[in-house]
Amino acid sequence: MAEPAPVVEMRGISIEFPGVKALDEVGFRLFPGEVHALMGENGAGKSTLIKALTGVYPIDSGTILVEGEQRRFHGTADAQSAGISTVYQEVNLVTNLTIGENVMLGHEVRGPFGVNWRATHRAATEALARLHLDHLDTHRPLSTLSIAVQQLVAISRAMAIDAKVLILDEPTSSLDAAEVDRLFTVMRQLRDEGVAILFVSHFLDQVFEISDRLTVLRNGQFICERRKEELSRQELIAQMIGKDLETLSSLGGNRRAGETEGEREEPLLTAVGVGRRGAIEPTDLEIRPGEIVGFAGLLGSGRTELARLLYGADKADSGTITLRGRKTTLKNPADGLKRRIAFSTENRRDEGVVGDLTVRENLILAVQAGRGWARPVPKRERDEIVSTRMSELNVRPADPDRLIKNLSGGNQQKVLLGRWLATDPDLLILDEPTRGIDVGAKAEIQEAVAELAAQGVAVVFISSELEEVVRLSDRIVVLKDHRKIGEIVNGPEVTAQMIVDLIAAHGADTHHPSPPPPAQPAGNQPLSARSTSAPADPAVSETTEEQS
Amino acid sequence: MSAATTMPAPTAPDSVAATPVVTLLKRLQRLVTINPSTLPTAAAIVIFVGMIIFGEIAYGRIVQYSTLSNLLINNAHLIVIAVAMTFVILTGGIDLSVGSVIALSSVAGVMLANSGLPAVLVVVIMLAIGAAMGLFSGVLVRYFNVQPFIATLSMMFLGRGLASLLSTEPERLADDSPIRALGTQIKIIDGPKVNDLVVTPGVLIAVVVVLVAFFLLHRTRTGRTVYAIGGSENSAVLMGLPAPRTKLLVYVVSGTLSGVAAVIYTARLGIAQNITGSGWEMDAIAATVIGGTLLSGGFGYVLGSVIGALVLGLMNVLITRDGGIRPEMTTIITGGILLAFVLLQRVVIRKRE
Repeated sequence: MAEPAPVVEMRGISIEFPGVKALDEVGFRLFPGEVHALMGENGAGKSTLIKALTGVYPIDSGTILVEGEQRRFHGTADAQSAGISTVYQEVNLVTNLTIGENVMLGHEVRGPFGVNWRATHRAATEALARLHLDHLDTHRPLSTLSIAVQQLVAISRAMAIDAKVLILDEPTSSLDAAEVDRLFTVMRQLRDEGVAILFVSHFLDQVFEISDRLTVLRNGQFICERRKEELSRQELIAQMIGKDLETLSSLGGNRRAGETEGEREEPLLTAVGVGRRGAIEPTDLEIRPGEIVGFAGLLGSGRTELARLLYGADKADSGTITLRGRKTTLKNPADGLKRRIAFSTENRRDEGVVGDLTVRENLILAVQAGRGWARPVPKRERDEIVSTRMSELNVRPADPDRLIKNLSGGNQQKVLLGRWLATDPDLLILDEPTRGIDVGAKAEIQEAVAELAAQGVAVVFISSELEEVVRLSDRIVVLKDHRKIGEIVNGPEVTAQMIVDLIAAHGADTHHPSPPPPAQPAGNQPLSARSTSAPADPAVSETTEEQS
Repeated sequence: MSAATTMPAPTAPDSVAATPVVTLLKRLQRLVTINPSTLPTAAAIVIFVGMIIFGEIAYGRIVQYSTLSNLLINNAHLIVIAVAMTFVILTGGIDLSVGSVIALSSVAGVMLANSGLPAVLVVVIMLAIGAAMGLFSGVLVRYFNVQPFIATLSMMFLGRGLASLLSTEPERLADDSPIRALGTQIKIIDGPKVNDLVVTPGVLIAVVVVLVAFFLLHRTRTGRTVYAIGGSENSAVLMGLPAPRTKLLVYVVSGTLSGVAAVIYTARLGIAQNITGSGWEMDAIAATVIGGTLLSGGFGYVLGSVIGALVLGLMNVLITRDGGIRPEMTTIITGGILLAFVLLQRVVIRKRE
């Protein structure tokens, strides 16, 4: 598919922010009818490049050619009228308006009496039909749809304006396997129709599954552009992080060695029948010091809900928790903190970092909260916490007075980890600590977790990436549909596939006559019947969800 | 309610049309089940109808031409500023300068008219003063990223101060001024005794404002952008909508409509003073909220705000009719109604979540 003329060509693009060269003479080509993956660690300049292309950031130097013509965009509207449409990671639609309006906003069909709503909704339905979403009632509010379907609606929006170029920035980070499949089907279809798709994702498997061509960026510089066949996974990672993979591969081995020793130590935390209505059914659990317990399960399987009970973020309405041999009730996060349990949320942006505070302030936060506001942490102690955690976790840039919102996701996550480590916890609960961050930072966080466990800290590790859970955990608690369905003692023979099979097989005979293919445990449910925003009820769908 | 006025008390036969009320309720119910965000507005309509029925039963002489005509005539300016406020609040902003702009615009208008300027020019200047003040707020909000609350608060002080600079005495509009024509009562139906259906040009202007606002908000891209900004400004920008421009525009609309309200009010009363309109921005906000517009933006209807303004106006009528309620209670009752609606909105939001 070596097309002669790229639909988009960016040459020598440079963008400088105060103190940082975000893009340095970067070139990029996008051909019609291809899926082109833009790869790089966080902070490599992917987002900046996209924003330069869509006119969100003005470029300092370089040229953008669209269909051979030099263009300069002064905003998203400009880029859209040139046929470049973007779907961002956080779905950028407006939930207060209807589905149809979200598809058509700014492009409503107009007649002599202003907007012709009937024609507008018809056009919206046509655009949705290209993604097989024409069963949706365009008059319903967007808020009735799950995040995944909203994502597809956002793509339909691009279709409504006949985009030649579709930019998908991390579209899969909040989707489950079946939803990703649905998205990929749509992407392939659009590609075959001649749409050029720029795809950004941290999931290497997805990148290799869907893309035709890859461009790698590192530290704001262009590294290489290759066809997918020309690049192996290892090579790609090496190109992205700019060094070989010893850090990554050495990790798993270390863990396995010392794993069975100290097995019969007194448990740090014992939960008996702990549950909360609508969130997680009564569950038994034991966690020993120095042990990494992985929670595996699909999005919405109850893993976060269980973790929140252990910390006291939510109050359990049944069961007992015994901590260091003493019965305890955890009513709120302060209780958890006081008993040296730390919980790092999966929702980094909203519940984790405080964007407008500096790295330093974010690091101190939990320690200060533990002491109470009346007793400020002495400056010497503060400086010590900041300098040790930042160097230990290799936070970049190493400037504690930078606002944390200006850090990349991976480095924000390191700061969060540092925040909880500073409280010197006995039990550290990490919910999706590696989601949406690059391989390098991921390796560093995994390493830090393994080291902590070696020092005797008990860790609960929650991740959607089963390989990661398997690599890191001593014991794996498997959850499905708000229930613990099994526990696996990790060993060399345990693989991610085993867990997938366990989840897929569980309850398959009761719910479905034939078990779904194990690789996609959620594949038996139609996309529209899944709702990531309302995990409490897997049967919720946008068509049945009545509001009164 | 600073707009409180007493009603003439004509007598006439009353006729509560029961069937239209029932069909109205049924229609509302259907609308609400399809789109829950209309619930607060529907509730406002139900309460308004309820108030009318209650008033008719308790005091009589509510459902008749003269009372309803006066309700509109006395609240035309409030309806206009409620519409103005709806635009701003839909984007998630607020305009506190409404009352002061009315004071400045009307004092300046009356003084110019009395100095012999032609009436048409005076009206244009009054609107222009409003537009200019709105533009000022809009520029502060758009280009300097000032919180709408602060930007319009400063305009509120500025407007009030300028009005006081012009005059601290009540300025009387000459009796023969053509501007007064906007306040003259036109009899449409000559009922028995004084039960006449009457409108003023001011009421007609308010009706036109409501219709144009409705068209603008529901039938133009600009209007839909107003709603989109209220939903998520960030998303609106990324969707390629002209969000910054529209944000500025709503303050200009609000300022200009404040000028319109100043014209209507001055024409009716014939007096302008630097303290005219103090607290009206709060009445407008109350009317808007009672009408079901969410203060956080994105949800609400112009029609609701009109109903909200009429609810406030009717409440004054009922209190006057009752005679036993002390006038001081008016504010307490307004507060109570407002609180009830805000709580209702909470319930709606919680359901949506």
